Amino acid sequence: MMKKLLSGNEALARGAWEAGVEVAAAYPGTPSTEILENVAHYPEIYAEWSANEKVALDIAIGAAYAGKRAMATMKHVGLNVASESLFYVSYTGVNAGLVIVNADDPGLHSSQNEQDNRHYARFAKVPMLEPSDSQEAKDMVGAALDLSEQFDTPVILRTTTRSSHAKSVVALGERKVFPKRPYEKNPQKYVMIPGHAKRRHPVVEARLAQLAEYAETCPFNAMEMGDLSLGIVAAGPSYQYAREVFPHASFLKLGMVWPMPKRLIAEFASRVKRLIVVEELDPFFEENIKIMGIPVEGKTIFPVVDEFSPEVVRQAAYAAGLVGQPPVERAFDKGALPMRPPVLCAGCGHRDVFWILRKMKVTVNSDIGCYALGVMPPLTATDTIGCMGASIGVATGMRRGDLEFPNVAVIGDSTFFHAGMPALANAVYNQTPITTIVVDNRTTGMTGHQGNPASGLSIHRDMHTRVDIEAVVRGMGVEEVHTVDSRDLKGFEESVKQAIKSNKPAVVIAKTPCVFVTSHPREAYQVVTEDCNGCSMCFRIGCPAISKSDVLDEKYKRPKAYIDPLACVGCGLCFDVCAPQAILEGALKQETMLAAHVA
Amino acid sequence: MVTANFLLAGVGGQGTLLASDILADIGLRIGADVKKSEVHGMSQRGGAVTSHVRWGARIASPLCEKGAVDYFIAQEMLEALRWIEFVRPGGTVLLSRQQIVPTSTVYGADQYPADESIFSVVRQAAGKVLLIDARRVAEELGNPRVANGVLLGALSAQMEMPAEDWLEVIIARVPQKHAETNRKAFIVGREKDWAI
Repeated sequence: MMKKLLSGNEALARGAWEAGVEVAAAYPGTPSTEILENVAHYPEIYAEWSANEKVALDIAIGAAYAGKRAMATMKHVGLNVASESLFYVSYTGVNAGLVIVNADDPGLHSSQNEQDNRHYARFAKVPMLEPSDSQEAKDMVGAALDLSEQFDTPVILRTTTRSSHAKSVVALGERKVFPKRPYEKNPQKYVMIPGHAKRRHPVVEARLAQLAEYAETCPFNAMEMGDLSLGIVAAGPSYQYAREVFPHASFLKLGMVWPMPKRLIAEFASRVKRLIVVEELDPFFEENIKIMGIPVEGKTIFPVVDEFSPEVVRQAAYAAGLVGQPPVERAFDKGALPMRPPVLCAGCGHRDVFWILRKMKVTVNSDIGCYALGVMPPLTATDTIGCMGASIGVATGMRRGDLEFPNVAVIGDSTFFHAGMPALANAVYNQTPITTIVVDNRTTGMTGHQGNPASGLSIHRDMHTRVDIEAVVRGMGVEEVHTVDSRDLKGFEESVKQAIKSNKPAVVIAKTPCVFVTSHPREAYQVVTEDCNGCSMCFRIGCPAISKSDVLDEKYKRPKAYIDPLACVGCGLCFDVCAPQAILEGALKQETMLAAHVA
Repeated sequence: MVTANFLLAGVGGQGTLLASDILADIGLRIGADVKKSEVHGMSQRGGAVTSHVRWGARIASPLCEKGAVDYFIAQEMLEALRWIEFVRPGGTVLLSRQQIVPTSTVYGADQYPADESIFSVVRQAAGKVLLIDARRVAEELGNPRVANGVLLGALSAQMEMPAEDWLEVIIARVPQKHAETNRKAFIVGREKDWAI
């Protein structure tokens, strides 16, 4: 049998292929993005980037109704967007199997909040599986689809950033092919009008009881008995950390995390002297075990916030007297180290936008995407960011709340199609005079440059239909529309001024082509060292290609600027802001070097 | 069975993830159980990047524990300082002599730490320190991208493992047009004594 080192996400994709999935849809979101990217490598599976997670889930649901095994994947906050669909499909059930892969992000590596989506399984009354390594991730896709068909239910497969991105050894299998299950019209099952839904609710409750019975013998739930003085209940990566810290303890490893196996837990508890739960984020197992009337400890020992690691588990266990050895003491006098947060790339068009907005001193209601980095110093242009699509609604509300300053919403092309359009239609309908700046960089940048309706690029990088943002906006009834290249700083600033002044719902489409999609027309710029007086204006644009040189200006003793020729991609913002004109434009590139620059 | 914990730390764009993939593949090739962990998402935007690789008979956690790393491969000087707590007492640090200045030292008051203070902390933390001119060697070979080949070469010598196991994996993993330069970089890294 062939063995390969796979990330959890790669293993989930492989698992989908092996388990006969035929339709898969997703909106990209860290840490889930690579699942669909890898699924797209299998020609047997129809795969697509959908406009948002709810659309992706509805598509997977439709495919499962039609009779083909289906999968939707998303990050934890994506399931918030798709939650309404999760709740109806819990009632309708499926035809062919449906698995929803949900990737939580403890530690907020790239999210706006920590949330423990195990609660969704209980909330929507559907089963949930959670792998602790890549082999289990692969195996659980097939198991989830089998469960889905056996119990007529969607199944959630929950990963975390760690299990999605960690790599471990996986034994590969062959693809199973399932005949298409014929679709039969059945409104009592598939049409959730109140009269039907009311009759489905008892079905859901009965299903949950049957699933709880199944959980007792589910092969992913297993006792691993060791020293009986300490028994640990754990799942996912927390199980692996606990294995390192408590090598001799007894374990009840849960792979099916909802519904929980009551009798198995009671039996395990009766065999060990002290029962603890090691779980990241919320006390989900702990509270449900307590409801069973079984004494257990968890969050009195381990933290409720942030991601776990072996040292976090060891430190907490040591403090509680569960292990004798403290963590290795390693403290060094390093002073204050400069942080290295992600920054807007050299040449990124969003830098132009935030440079101008900061200068205009407008309040900026921004959104989720690379342009969220507009809040970072030195640009610090942003006032609010909440979730996908919140910018336009919050900007509308600030206007209605009589904000003392002019404000603008800033939203990316992908986010505009994800959740921005309803809020813009609302502003038009309710005649709220807000200015929305769509920063159109022609890609879903932050998650790794996926296609979206604005770019027209499919998950397979084929050109599909581009949805024209300007036409959409005009179609919604926005009369004040400006389309401008953000590299034209004056033109962009003028457009925003006019839009605000119009006192109508207005849209400025700022073309800010991503440097990973198109290239700027010029080669690297250069500092003319003898003309530079070290004024630091170019330092304030926060370009990673610009640094302080070792040469000091004679008059002010300030370091002169240096542009790294390998890092500079020739956007020219530094040239535009340089008062002493000490920056030399790069040479024009050959025509052939240029991709479709601002199509 | 070779049991080892590795930590790689660098800056987005330095090839930290590829270097750690190579290390993981070498572990598999010699018959070890291997786990590896990194976080994607921000790495392309110049952020700090780390990757953990573990070899052993049976590995549970994909993350190395603080104070338990045998070999710390720091691709950048400031990042060496940032993650130094992971090295176990007596462990080995392979420090690439390369500085990538964070933008906060350009627009703001942050100071990039002085070489001597970096060396002093690293020496204090580790049993052995190699200071490797990986970037310079790579540039002399005509391709700054092969700096990681130099570091892997030096690591293979520290672990006293045959070069073939390493080279075959490296050559299978890197773009074909850079294979020969990577091989040369690996040999320079392996054969020179970088200890300080």
